Amino acid sequence: MSTNDAYYIPHKATWPIVGTAGLMIMLAGVANYLNGSSIGPTMIGIGFLLFVIMLGGWFALQSVESESGTYNHGVGISYRMGMMWFIFSEIMFFAVFFGTLWYTRNLSVPWLGGEGSNAATKELLWPSFEAVWPTNGPGKVGGEFEPMGAWGLPFINTLILLTSGVTCTWAHHGLLAQKRDQLIKGLIATVGLGFLFVAFQAIEYHEAYTDMGLTLGSGIYGSTFFMLTGFHGFHVCVGAIILSVVLFRSWKGHFKPENHFAFEAAAWYWHFVDVVWLGLFIFVYLM
Amino acid sequence: MSAVVAEHDDHHDDHHDHGPAKGILRWIITTNHKDIGTLYLMFALAMFFVGGSMALIIRAELFEPGLQFVDPQFFNSMTTMHALVMVFGAVMPAFVGLANWMIPMMIGAPDMALPRMNNMSFWLLVAGVLMLASTLFMEGGAPAGGWTLYPPLVLQTGKAFPFAVFSVHLLGISSIMGAINIIATILNMRAPAMTLMKMPLFVWTWLITGFLLIAIMPVFAGAVTMLLTDKFFDTSFFDAAGGGDPVLYQHIFWFFGHPEVYVMILPTFGVASTIIPVFARKPLFGYSSMVYATASIAFLSFIVWAHHMFTVGMPLAGELYFMYATMLIAIPTGVKVFNWTATMWKGSMTFETPMLFSIAFVVLFTMGGFTGLMMSVAPVDFQYHDTYFIVAHFHYTLVPASIFILMAAGYYWLPKWTGHMYNEKIGQLHFWLSTISVNILFFPQHFLGLAGMPRRIPDYAVQFADWNMISSIGAFIFGISQLLFLYIVIDTIRGGTGEKVSDEVWEDAHKHGLEWTLPSPVPYHTFTTPPTEIPTEHI
Repeated sequence: MSTNDAYYIPHKATWPIVGTAGLMIMLAGVANYLNGSSIGPTMIGIGFLLFVIMLGGWFALQSVESESGTYNHGVGISYRMGMMWFIFSEIMFFAVFFGTLWYTRNLSVPWLGGEGSNAATKELLWPSFEAVWPTNGPGKVGGEFEPMGAWGLPFINTLILLTSGVTCTWAHHGLLAQKRDQLIKGLIATVGLGFLFVAFQAIEYHEAYTDMGLTLGSGIYGSTFFMLTGFHGFHVCVGAIILSVVLFRSWKGHFKPENHFAFEAAAWYWHFVDVVWLGLFIFVYLM
Repeated sequence: MSAVVAEHDDHHDDHHDHGPAKGILRWIITTNHKDIGTLYLMFALAMFFVGGSMALIIRAELFEPGLQFVDPQFFNSMTTMHALVMVFGAVMPAFVGLANWMIPMMIGAPDMALPRMNNMSFWLLVAGVLMLASTLFMEGGAPAGGWTLYPPLVLQTGKAFPFAVFSVHLLGISSIMGAINIIATILNMRAPAMTLMKMPLFVWTWLITGFLLIAIMPVFAGAVTMLLTDKFFDTSFFDAAGGGDPVLYQHIFWFFGHPEVYVMILPTFGVASTIIPVFARKPLFGYSSMVYATASIAFLSFIVWAHHMFTVGMPLAGELYFMYATMLIAIPTGVKVFNWTATMWKGSMTFETPMLFSIAFVVLFTMGGFTGLMMSVAPVDFQYHDTYFIVAHFHYTLVPASIFILMAAGYYWLPKWTGHMYNEKIGQLHFWLSTISVNILFFPQHFLGLAGMPRRIPDYAVQFADWNMISSIGAFIFGISQLLFLYIVIDTIRGGTGEKVSDEVWEDAHKHGLEWTLPSPVPYHTFTTPPTEIPTEHI
């Protein structure tokens, strides 16, 4: 606990408005781009730049304040609660796509195949459709495709992510035992494995698009496959970038056994990403 | 420690300067919960008039059968935008504004737990609403498929479509940030003596609402993301040809949408439970049952969503399950109405404007609740579905409930915020005009719905003409009456009646809540050291 026992209330925050402007310009840019307007990419660039500047500035400010002992125990609890509830919101976001997968596999696709009270619908609309998973629907949307197997790259990726969870915890033990060497080595391994995962995922996507005919447009199978794994891959990237920042701060000598919220938050996020992958491996690849 | 010199303004100022920044910058970079609360409330009030103007365009068009003022596409844009602006721009921000202002003062905290994020959640709200409003000026018009954004209809929206989707994302991020902040404040910043079961009910309802928001806003974000990829990136989530299902969107939307309507009503319950005991001069009847009822309603809100979709062609088992589950909500809601009534029973009641609005809320919300119970019966809903009956139902639960309680909250706390007393005569005039006109406006819509008039249609058969005309007259009286509220707010800020208000403002209010132990107007910073004693009359 810090010697400072008053709850720290910051004043005059300049980064939030920068971040808001960045986010708004970036999203308006994407919308313009999707509408075919030529100003889109420029807006995306400006917005993204502002957003990155905000992230850099805001996190630098927080780490300076943290290291100078500005935060006491109470502030630390608020940060931890903030991170936990943020991860809860992320769980709900992934739940939507897992729910979509469940609904289409178990309800809507069988209904299209005539299950329940839908026999007449099937006969009238798509008499030749057989409701088996994987499917791109009765319209054969996106053409012939080959589904992604579980035991190649995806299984290797599972091992990679599980190992990275272990190295992350090993780094945490190093931090707690004040073995800075172990902390830094553990983090390097975690970040490395994270980016290796992303690289393998990129190879897998490349194979899907070029050799297997499997694209985002391959009916409901392609939609759910790429949306779930894509959002997860994006989260792995974010997590690995967060861990890189934590690694940089560790290398600069930041964090103490009793004060290392940034490390904890990054580690929680990483384990969350890990658990989502296990869900994906089971429900998207295996079943 | 690796000492780094703190040069940034953010850091440099905080030990010397505790007052607000100068000029307009004060509002842009503020981290003060009272400033941010004011921003939220002012923004919500502005959006209330924007959304209200859209409603008046709708009612003007429906004054008589035939097409008078606007073309059908624009009419449909108005119904869609009116709903989105009122839900995401007016009611939700108003309650977040009240939470910002009142929760730290009610629990004895110096500020919100995460003040910088508090600032960002407000500005993201503005960004989201601006992006939504910009769609009004785009090729193809604003979204016109209803606020539920059902595919495939919504996929026919013009240039506005991706902007509408991203505005939902911005509003979602804003709400999640606001909710996280409120939960962290309530769980972490209470004065030592303020145990959970001594918290004012407004704080309790917001704790539970915060949980709802964090659980549902990502769901809505996911749903609109799938709409976006279906339109622009060839996915087939809501397209049966590719194995998807448009009904899936409805399930996801209402999994968000039903808790969402409780996001607007639970804080309403909280404010009503705060105001009624003060003017009945009694403790709240059944404090703990109020807490449990709120939690039960929140839980039930997650397992009843498909009662919005009875006519979509669900399996019979689904219809039955969602029908019975929905009926259960009447039980905790009934507990609440009973408790408010019992609080007033044999109380020494006085009828200042906040109390008048609160009593009207109890009566009129109950009517909205009863029509909800009628529609929970699946076979009966087949007749009511998509008619003006549902329009009457949810407007009764939102206008004379959420909006009335927001008015009550304004009258109740304005003297505390500003240090000035509002004009009671004009306040009561505002109340009576609002209460009478809101019933002229919405009660006839029950008859129209039962007679079969569909919603979201700019024209109608002549047999509906009389009640529509009456409803439109009520709408214009109601709309114009709200200008009185605007006048009162400005007048009170600028001095009001000139009467010096005491710290407790309302008789014995300091026994009911910590905020009334503070000076009026409240200083810029309050409870920098936590209070040692807390009032308990509210429990």
